[in-house]
Amino acid sequence: MANAILAVILPSRGALSAASYELLGAGRVLADALKQPLLAAVIGGNAATLAADIASRGVDRVLVVEHPSLSNFTEEAYANAAAAAAKISGASRVILPSTVVGRAVAARLAVLLKAGLATDVTEILPSGAIRRGCYGGNLIAEVEFKTGIAVLTVAPMTFPRTEPKGSPAPLEAVSFDPGTAKSECLSFKAEESREIDLGAAEKVVSGGFGLGGPEGFKLLFNFAHALGAAVGASRRAVDSGWIAYRHQVGLTGRTVRPKLYVAVGISGQIQHLAGMSSSSTIVAINTDKDCPLMQMASISVQGEYAELLPLITDEIKRRKGHTAAA
Amino acid sequence: MALHIVVCVKSTPSSMNIGVDAATGLPKTAGIPTALNPFDEFAVEEAVRLKERVPGSTATALTLGPDAAAEVLREAIARGMDAGVLVCGAEFEGGDSLATSRALSAAIKKLHAEKPVHLVIFGKNTSDVGAGVVGTQTAAWLDWASASAIKKIDSIDEQSATVTRMMEDGVDTVKLTLPACLSTVKEINEPRLPSLKGKMASKKAVFPKWTAADLGLEPGQVGAAGAGSAILKASLPPARPAGLKVEGATAAEKAAKLIDILVERKLI
Repeated sequence: MANAILAVILPSRGALSAASYELLGAGRVLADALKQPLLAAVIGGNAATLAADIASRGVDRVLVVEHPSLSNFTEEAYANAAAAAAKISGASRVILPSTVVGRAVAARLAVLLKAGLATDVTEILPSGAIRRGCYGGNLIAEVEFKTGIAVLTVAPMTFPRTEPKGSPAPLEAVSFDPGTAKSECLSFKAEESREIDLGAAEKVVSGGFGLGGPEGFKLLFNFAHALGAAVGASRRAVDSGWIAYRHQVGLTGRTVRPKLYVAVGISGQIQHLAGMSSSSTIVAINTDKDCPLMQMASISVQGEYAELLPLITDEIKRRKGHTAAA
Repeated sequence: MALHIVVCVKSTPSSMNIGVDAATGLPKTAGIPTALNPFDEFAVEEAVRLKERVPGSTATALTLGPDAAAEVLREAIARGMDAGVLVCGAEFEGGDSLATSRALSAAIKKLHAEKPVHLVIFGKNTSDVGAGVVGTQTAAWLDWASASAIKKIDSIDEQSATVTRMMEDGVDTVKLTLPACLSTVKEINEPRLPSLKGKMASKKAVFPKWTAADLGLEPGQVGAAGAGSAILKASLPPARPAGLKVEGATAAEKAAKLIDILVERKLI
């Protein structure tokens, strides 16, 4: 069977996300590099209802793996579904998003297919080799695959999102054996706050120990809302109990790659830099002009955050208001 | 009821400031001090807490690495684990996550045959490669259940465990049939420091050393020969261009200038 690139679309809570379209963007880069067709496999309890959207985004064929066992995420069933799609497609490369779900499915899939695996891929080379960060982003490793089929997870906010174009690709239902369930997802509790998810945010505003306490984070949240940004934090701020761990950016938290990263009152320990240094534009606001983050920032503003943040927030609101009026 | 818990740990460089070896083009780790991978402290702590929750349970630390990696087993004992096993041999060198998880799964099978294993706990990821996949891959080789990003073990007995999984948009409650492998996140606990009693025990501890042959694996199934990927070369990240300093007589002036720049760069 002819080789192909297979993008495994993993709907979150039954819906497609920006990560799905980024994955197709990465798939397109890989398909063009290796001169192979691009296939997508949509996996889930309602995959058929989502397949038409994927089929309209420049893929050659869409495999639909729909089964009641896929309504909620379990690692075994999802990996078996992805493996069935990989075998039918004759894939040489299977790509997934670097999310909790994508990483786990990729890991199991690589063993099922006896395939080489690379996670958090930031660059696809014409040879089919890839680049990814290691040692907390301090080094970039170029990785080659030694197996005929390889599994990749692509870093978020790295590849362009595909738009609908051309005529829709044909759909094909794929059946698979979910096997005996060894795990079961009993319930899901959504995050209460309606904040933007860090990993998929185009803009991130992070606060550090320099904010001095939870009151400082209130100013930061106001700023983030005005800007339309997700909120991040340094480890020291999280460890101080000012903000929940899920906001932590860095080696022991999340890795983000937004277009704009604003660090407020963060000195820039190497562990924090590991989580955000590949952001496109970095703005640092700090009283200490010599701290590492102010030194590495694309744009640095020296000053008191308590004075600057409300002014910046008001200025954004004022200008956005003007744009809306115009 | 008593549990047998295995924790997979790794010896990793204690500094992230790793350069490139001019001769090989690969990460230069020679001479860099090593320590217990930071995320593994949480996995070890969770096993020790399970021992406290379920009296009579035992916890075994397992690592794959050179002879010197026995030091992280010693650290695990100091933190409260009961025993350690070192998987070691020249045949394991150059392995990737596929080869490493295969070797770990074979070692867990061997432990399981000696004393049935209920749970295998992993840290979130290692500080060197940082992929966070070996726990799930090990489960796949064993054909056991697995769950990742676990922030809490809500309940456990010899047959099943109910755990809380930290997702990007909230938390899942997952029930696993045991034996199973869990990959954790740091939210799961706050690791305690090694106790004096633990330190004493760690000094006396002796660790069995298992080769591929001991695990029933062919040399071609482990190390570089059993790997599905290899690092061709490493490079330093591209340097960031010099930054722009926003100056101004007043805070209001600085704020306005910053917004001007962000608007100009189409970031607002």
